[in-house]
Amino acid sequence: MRNEDFPLIFEHSQEGRVGFSLPDLDVPEVDLNVEVPYVRNIDANLPEVSELQIMRHYTALSKRNHGVDSGFYPLGSCTMKYNPKMNEDVARMPGFSHIHPLQAPESVQGALGLMYDLQTSLEAITGMDQVTLQPAAGAHGEWTGLMMIRAYHEANGDYNRTKVIVPDSAHGTNPASATVAGFEAVTVKSNEKGLVDLEDLKRVVDENTAALMLTNPNTLGLFEEEILDMAEIIHEAGGKLYYDGANLNAILGYARPGDMGFDVVHLNLHKTFTGPHGGGGPGSGPVGVKSDLAPYLPKPIVTKVQERYVFDDNRPDSIGRVKPYFGNFGINVRAYTYIRTMGANGLKQVSEYAVLNANYMMRELEKDFDLPFSQHCKHEFVLSGKRQKKLGVRTLDMAKRLLDFGYHPPTIYFPLNVEEAMMVEPTETEAKETLDEFIGAMRQIHKEASDNPEIVQEAPHTTIVGRMDETTAARKPVLRYQK
Amino acid sequence: MTFRYLPMTDHDKRSMLDSIGVESTDVLFSDIPEKVRFKGDLNIKPAASEPELMKELSQLAGENINTKDYTSFLGAGVYDHYIPSIVDHVLSRSEFYTAYTPYQPEISQGELQAIFEFQTMISELTGMEVSNSSMYDGGTSLAEAVTLSAGQTKKKKVLVSKAIHPHSLEVIHSYAMGQNIEVVEIEARDGLTNLSMLADELDEETAGVVIQYPNFFGQIEPLEDVQEILKDSKAMFIVSSNPLALGYLTPPGEFGADIVVGDTQVFGIPAQFGGPHCGYFATTKKLMRKVPGRLVGQTQDEEGRRGFVLTLQAREQHIRRDKATSNICSNQALNALGTSVALSALGKKGIKEMAYQNMQKARYAKKQFEEAGFQVLYSNAFFNEFVLQVQGSVTTLNEKLQEKGMIGGLDLERIHSDLGGHMLVAVTEMRTKEEIDRFVKELGDVYA
Repeated sequence: MRNEDFPLIFEHSQEGRVGFSLPDLDVPEVDLNVEVPYVRNIDANLPEVSELQIMRHYTALSKRNHGVDSGFYPLGSCTMKYNPKMNEDVARMPGFSHIHPLQAPESVQGALGLMYDLQTSLEAITGMDQVTLQPAAGAHGEWTGLMMIRAYHEANGDYNRTKVIVPDSAHGTNPASATVAGFEAVTVKSNEKGLVDLEDLKRVVDENTAALMLTNPNTLGLFEEEILDMAEIIHEAGGKLYYDGANLNAILGYARPGDMGFDVVHLNLHKTFTGPHGGGGPGSGPVGVKSDLAPYLPKPIVTKVQERYVFDDNRPDSIGRVKPYFGNFGINVRAYTYIRTMGANGLKQVSEYAVLNANYMMRELEKDFDLPFSQHCKHEFVLSGKRQKKLGVRTLDMAKRLLDFGYHPPTIYFPLNVEEAMMVEPTETEAKETLDEFIGAMRQIHKEASDNPEIVQEAPHTTIVGRMDETTAARKPVLRYQK
Repeated sequence: MTFRYLPMTDHDKRSMLDSIGVESTDVLFSDIPEKVRFKGDLNIKPAASEPELMKELSQLAGENINTKDYTSFLGAGVYDHYIPSIVDHVLSRSEFYTAYTPYQPEISQGELQAIFEFQTMISELTGMEVSNSSMYDGGTSLAEAVTLSAGQTKKKKVLVSKAIHPHSLEVIHSYAMGQNIEVVEIEARDGLTNLSMLADELDEETAGVVIQYPNFFGQIEPLEDVQEILKDSKAMFIVSSNPLALGYLTPPGEFGADIVVGDTQVFGIPAQFGGPHCGYFATTKKLMRKVPGRLVGQTQDEEGRRGFVLTLQAREQHIRRDKATSNICSNQALNALGTSVALSALGKKGIKEMAYQNMQKARYAKKQFEEAGFQVLYSNAFFNEFVLQVQGSVTTLNEKLQEKGMIGGLDLERIHSDLGGHMLVAVTEMRTKEEIDRFVKELGDVYA
C-alpha cells in the first residue's frame, strides 16, 4: 500500500479489537468437538476493528461515491430519479422488515394485502391481466416472461418456435435472456428514423418465431409509432410480443403496453417506481401477462379469497418457481408507497415532466452536438459525439470531463447503432435550474473540445483518483485482498 | 394537486415549451398513435399525503406478526440473527443506496472498494479463491451454479440432493428447463443425502453434483465422503452453504468444491418477507472467467494510486449479448454492503462466537425437548436446526404458540407431504435460555 492509497477495512485490523456485542452464552455448554466432525482449523481472515473504525471507514467510502442525492445523474436507460425517503421509512417498519416468508399466511395478512394491491395497481398501469411479483430484477423478469412464452408454445405443441427477435438497438440483456431461456436471438434492424424497420421485421419473422422483444419507447428514447402493425405481424405469425419495461417512465397514464398488443411485460420497480438502485441492486422485476399466458405464471401467486389473502400454489401449468419465497418484498413495499403517493394523476405528471425535461435538454444540446434522430423524444435521447471526435475528443473523454463538473455522465457507447453515443435521461425529479447548469457544462466541454482539447482528453482533473488501468485489471485479475 | 417529487413550476413549463417550440406537452406525445393512447385515469387508489399514507401503511404493517415482538423459532433458510445497529446507519448513507452500478470508477471508488472487500470476506469464509460481487439470493445463485457446470462440462445432467432447500430445488428445476438440463434428485436418508444413490447415479454424463452444507434439515453433510465419490469424476462439486456455519465449520473449499454458493441474509439483512437477501457465488481461479454477474478487480490509476474497477466484463450480457455466461445485470450491492458491515463488526472472533452460540443453543433446545419426552429425528451432527416430532398438525400447534407470543418452527408438511407432524426448529444466538425453556414448556403443555 502506498501512503496515498485509501486503506481497506482489512488494513485497519489489529488483533484483539472487536466491533460486536453478543451476550454471554446462557446455556450449559457441551463439547462440540465430540460431535462435529468438521471444525475449521484456520480462522476466516475477517477484520478486527472497533465500531467507530467501521463507521469512519464506510463514511469515508460513501464520500468516494456519487449517488442521486449527491448530484445530477442523467444515466440513460437507468431512470436515476429521486428515491423518496418516506419509502425507506416504510420499508423499515418492523411489520414489513422483520417478517419471515414462511410464517403462516394468516399472520402476515398486511404483507399479502400489500402485494395483492401492488399486483392490481401494476395490472392497471400496464393494461395486463395478471402480475407476478416474484422476479428479482429486470433481467430475471425477462427470463421469466420468455419461459412463460416457451411454455405457452409448447402447450400448443409448438416445439419449433426457437427464435426470439430483438432490435439492433436493444439492451444486451434481451438477447442474453433469450439464450438463457433456450431460444436463439435474431436481430431486426432499425430504419433511418431509429425505429424498427417493418420490412426487415417481415423478413425475419417466420413459423419459428417465438416472440419479439421490444422496449417502447426504444433505447433511443423514440416511440415505436408502428407498434400496432408490428403486433399484427408477430401475432399473425403465431408469436408473442414481449415488452421490456425499462422505459415505462415515459408513458405512465399516456399509453399502456397491454393496449399496444403486448402479451408479456416486465417492469423495473427500481427504475420507474423509485426503488433505490443500491449501487447495483437489489431490484425488483414483476411480470404481467395477458390471460392466455396467466396459467404459466410462476407459483405461488397472491390471491384474495373471501376478504383473506392466500398464496395460490395449485397451478399445474406454472413454469415453476423462479426465486425462493415471493420476490424482493422490501423493494415492492417502496414501489407501492410511491404509487400510493402519486396516484393516477401524479403518475401521468411523472411521464409528462420526464418527457418535457428530455425534450428541453435535447433541443438545447443539439445546438452543439449531433442529434441522429430529430423527432420529439420521450423520456431520454441519444446524442452522437461525432462532431467532437473530429476534433480529437471522444465521447469517453467528454464523459470523464463531466465528472469535473460534479455530474454523473450519461450512458455512453450505447445504443450500439449510434456512433460515439451519449444517452441522456434527466428524469422528472430534476428542476429546470439543474438542467440548465448541465447544459451549460456540456456547452463548455464542446467549446473546450475545439479550443483546448487536452483539458477534455486528460479529464478528469478533480476526482479522488484518475482514469483506471482497466487492461491490467482484466489481464491480471486481483479479485480479493491478501496480506 | 402538486407533488413534492416534481419540481417543475408552471412558469418553468411555459418557458421550456417555448424553447422547444411547441404549444403544450401533448404535442410531445403526438407520436403515440391515437388508437393506443390511454384515455381517462388509471384505475389505482387516489394519491395520499405523507402523513395519511404513513398512518395507513403503519397500520398495515401492524397487521403482520413480526419477529421483533414475537419470539421466533422459524428458520428454514431465513434466520433471526443479531444485526448490529451500525449496519443500517451505513446503509442509510444515500451516496451508497442512490447510486447505480459503478460504471464510472472515478466517482464510484466507495462502492467498488466495498464490493472488493465483500468478495474478500466471502473468499475467506468459503475457502475459495474468488467470489463475485453477489447474486439475487442463495436459490438463484445455486441455479446459476448448476447452469455453469453444464456449460463448462458440456454435459446435461446434474445430481441434486433432496436435502437442499426445497425452494432452491424448485428454482433449479426452472432454470434447468430453460437450458434443457436433466435434474436427478438424490433422496435423503436419515436427514442426510443418500450417498450410495449419489454414487450410483454419477456417470460420464454428469455435469455437477449439488449438496447443501449444513443441509435444509440442519444436518452437516459429510463433504469428505462426497469428495471421495467425485475423486475420479469430471463433474463439478457444487456446495450451497449457510455462511454463518462456515465461521465454525471447515469451509467447502477444503473439500475440493468447485463452486460454493449461498445467502448472506444471516449477516446484517432482515428477513423482510423473503427478499431482498443476498446470494454469494464463490469459485476457483480456473472458473473465474465463467462466473455470472459482476466482478470487481484491483488496479491503479495513471499516477499509480490503488483503485478498483468492474472487470472481466467480456463475460457479461452488455458486451457479449446472446453469448454471455448469464443474463444477470444487477447484483445485490446494497445487501452485500450490509453483509460487509456486519462481517466487519463481527470480525474474526465474533463470527466464531456467533456460530458457536447457535450450535450450543440449538443443542440445549434439543436436549430440553428430549428430556420433556419429545422425539428429535436424526442423530447426525447439526448446526442450528433440527427436526422435532410432534403429535398432530404443526400448523395448528403454531397457531396456539402464536397466542403465547411465539412463532413456531416450520411445518415440514408444507414442504414434504410425508413429513406431517414434524417441525423444523431453528435456534439462533438471539434466543435466550428462558425463551427456549418457555418454548419447550408451551409445546409440552399443549399435549398435557
